[in-house]
Amino acid sequence: MAMSSEESCSYPEESELELGLGLSLGGGGANSKTKPSPAAVEATMAGHWGQYARILTAKDFRSVVSPKECSSSSSSSSSMTKTNNNPSCGVKRTAEPSSPPGRSGASQVVGWPPLRNYRIQSLVNHAKSPKTEEITPAIDKCKNKTTIVDKTNCGSNLNRNVAKEKGLLKTSLFVKVNMDRIPIGRKVDLSAHSCYETLSQTLDDMFKLSAVVGARRSNAEEQVLKTRRSRLLNGSSEFVLTYEDKEGDWMLVGDVPWEMFLISVKRLRIMRTAEANGFGKCTLAYALSCL
Amino acid sequence: MQVVWLRSSLALRDLQAFIQHTVVYCKMDPKLKKTKNSSSNSANSPDSTHSSFPFPDEVLERVLSFLHSHKDRSSVSLVCKDWYNAERWTRTKLFIGNCYSVSPEIVARRFPRIKSVTLKGKPRFSDFNLVPQHWGADVHSWLVVFAKVYPFLEELRLKRMTLNDESLKFLATSFPGFKALSLLSCEGFSTDGLKAIATHCKNLTELDIQENGMDDLGGGWLSCFSENCSSLEVLNFASLNSEVSFDALEKLVRRCKSLRILKVNKSITLDQLQQLLVLAPQLIELGTGSFQQELTPLQYEGLGIAFSNCKNLQTLSGFWEDTSLHLPVLYAACPSLTFLNLSYATLRSGELAKIVAHSPNIRRLWVLDTVGDKGLEAVGSSCPFLEELRVFPADPFEQDLHHGVTEAGFLAVSHGCRKLHYVLYFCRQMTNAAVATIVQNCPDFTHFRLCIMNPGERDYLTNEPMDEAFGAVVKTCTNLQRLALSGLLTDLTFEYIGKYAKNLEALSVAFAGSSDGGMQCVLQGCPKLRKLEIRDCPFGNAALLSGIEKYETMRSLWMSACNVTMSACKLLAKEMPRLNVEVMRDEGSDESQADKVYIYRTVAGPRRDAPPFVVTL
Repeated sequence: MAMSSEESCSYPEESELELGLGLSLGGGGANSKTKPSPAAVEATMAGHWGQYARILTAKDFRSVVSPKECSSSSSSSSSMTKTNNNPSCGVKRTAEPSSPPGRSGASQVVGWPPLRNYRIQSLVNHAKSPKTEEITPAIDKCKNKTTIVDKTNCGSNLNRNVAKEKGLLKTSLFVKVNMDRIPIGRKVDLSAHSCYETLSQTLDDMFKLSAVVGARRSNAEEQVLKTRRSRLLNGSSEFVLTYEDKEGDWMLVGDVPWEMFLISVKRLRIMRTAEANGFGKCTLAYALSCL
Repeated sequence: MQVVWLRSSLALRDLQAFIQHTVVYCKMDPKLKKTKNSSSNSANSPDSTHSSFPFPDEVLERVLSFLHSHKDRSSVSLVCKDWYNAERWTRTKLFIGNCYSVSPEIVARRFPRIKSVTLKGKPRFSDFNLVPQHWGADVHSWLVVFAKVYPFLEELRLKRMTLNDESLKFLATSFPGFKALSLLSCEGFSTDGLKAIATHCKNLTELDIQENGMDDLGGGWLSCFSENCSSLEVLNFASLNSEVSFDALEKLVRRCKSLRILKVNKSITLDQLQQLLVLAPQLIELGTGSFQQELTPLQYEGLGIAFSNCKNLQTLSGFWEDTSLHLPVLYAACPSLTFLNLSYATLRSGELAKIVAHSPNIRRLWVLDTVGDKGLEAVGSSCPFLEELRVFPADPFEQDLHHGVTEAGFLAVSHGCRKLHYVLYFCRQMTNAAVATIVQNCPDFTHFRLCIMNPGERDYLTNEPMDEAFGAVVKTCTNLQRLALSGLLTDLTFEYIGKYAKNLEALSVAFAGSSDGGMQCVLQGCPKLRKLEIRDCPFGNAALLSGIEKYETMRSLWMSACNVTMSACKLLAKEMPRLNVEVMRDEGSDESQADKVYIYRTVAGPRRDAPPFVVTL
């Protein structure tokens, strides 16, 4: 059945803007990235409101008869957007004749359905579990949007508190990453990623898996590196990415769906295939050859 | 002969004692009466004649110490000046439903011997982000006064209050006998504040932290309990996510032999839970940790045994990250359960059916709507003593009708559970006919909160408004105290409410009504109304002003996104000086619009701590 991520979301920028609204208070950095929809711009009044859109209330959708099509991903983000130091939540503007079609109902309204933030937050987190597979794409899309905005505002202290209060952003999922023969480990925020590819690229950057530390690289070498990155996970490079799960077992990264991985991962380890500790060389090679 | 009306909930034993003493001492010589010093009371005491009541004050006080309900005590205090004084000297528990209705100084003057305080702050709609940040309800000014006047304060229970770590530290260090702290839906503090409590409150019996907007900076606070602390009876940290030291927790549970309520968080695994249960089989309420763990057969068996050894278990909750694999370990404990909170577990119908089949004595059940109508059917057939049902949405922003529960599930429960009197039901479709049948099956509803999640949703079979549904509720359920409306509703719903809901105390309205007449019906027709909260309704000034004399009999009125203007609010404020009329305007909206209005009675005058966006008229 048509799920939120495929829905024709008529105003994707608007939803991003609404999300950006709360988080960029005081900074205003993120908003420059998103183009406010004409409707939103028209709505804004003088002075401090600038490029902020308003949070839609059900009043705007009185005219909409059928609440059927709706992109619940963007809707869930907007409905959970909570303004922070801004004294008003749920700014109303005068009735706008052209309400965005196809978006209405519970998902567009602040504080509706009436559930406490704590519960909503739990549901968002829970939605990442494999049981509720249908909602996973929606939440991922949500997450991507939030993390984009989040990054550009990381200077603002307000941001972190606001994010928490909104209940939308999970607290970041920093896990340790260690690499064989390197005594000092790193930490990576898994919630900033939505798939294994970006994670492995980040780790590659962090650990400079080209092993040419500090040296300047030619374009050719860059190309080699690029190819290398994407091979981190498929076992054919000299490095293997593994993780320790909640039960203390070390597992190969990449087998389970991303969301399932997020739930079970405790920390990461980059092993050198030639010298993997605790594994017989043959065992590891055998394991990898099965991939 | 004085007549005192007391609530019928007064325990029979207390009443008998009261009457016994009253009869005996009525015959005593009036000259034996002594009066206690009642200085600085004239400002607060009600107008009443000074009667030569034939009791020595000590006797009266002894008698009144049997009274615990604050409503009874309020009635008693109005009888005459002697009774007012006796009551104020014997009150030990303070309940303040709206922290701005009175000031700490007034409270301190009137009640000299308070040991326990319950304070509620923000309007309820703040839970749903309708109240801006930094609105107020800060507890600190209260704590400062309490530290002076009630140094022996033992209990503090806060709901929707703001407090920071400094306040928690102040609390922990200012009251040497402090025993019980309960924080529900509060905000502004972090786990550092909890560290202070754990460190300094040597006699702590209760630490109950629920669903707060707090910063979880880590689980180290649990390790701050001293090794001498063995008095804990209640420990609830289920809503904190950070990992705590299991070693510290284990030692704490081991030495607190009186522990009866333990609700851990999701960092506690199943085998850790088992170890805790072995240490504390006396538990009455348990909140599990994460239920998702691969267990060896031996571990599984051990857990089952541990549960079966908990003979006193009445409440079960938690079930974070559930997996249905391990639910059977609970079965041994289920027969004694009266409250089962599965509202964080995405159970399917079959799984719920199995659990409730083992739990015939359940009185209260909270579930997620993943159990579906089929799951609720199982509830209907397995739980004849059910009194309270709450069904929460697993996916509140989903539009698809195929998810969750419908009127069928509710109907099924009402057929099997005739004692049902409290319901909170989130669904996507409902019919007038179904609700009418439900209340016929269960006419004893005291709390009826129905949330059809799409605003303005009609009866999906007849396409009519949902007026008749709520009409049936108020006509049939004469004991109804609390009602929450949803769906497409015209003024007819409110006419019904005003006409029939004579015991209604709290009403919650959203996206409903057609005109001012609706709100007027309610204000004029519901004599016991205390709390009215309205959002996104077409009620305007006429409606607001129709209740001008009623608001002093109520705790509060909230109106947001309605059609009320500043001029009406100003008029109301002018006419009723004992009301605080507070307006919050949304940025960028018309100057004359009163976007958010919060009106409440108070003896403390206008707030002194109102932020700039709150205008008291």
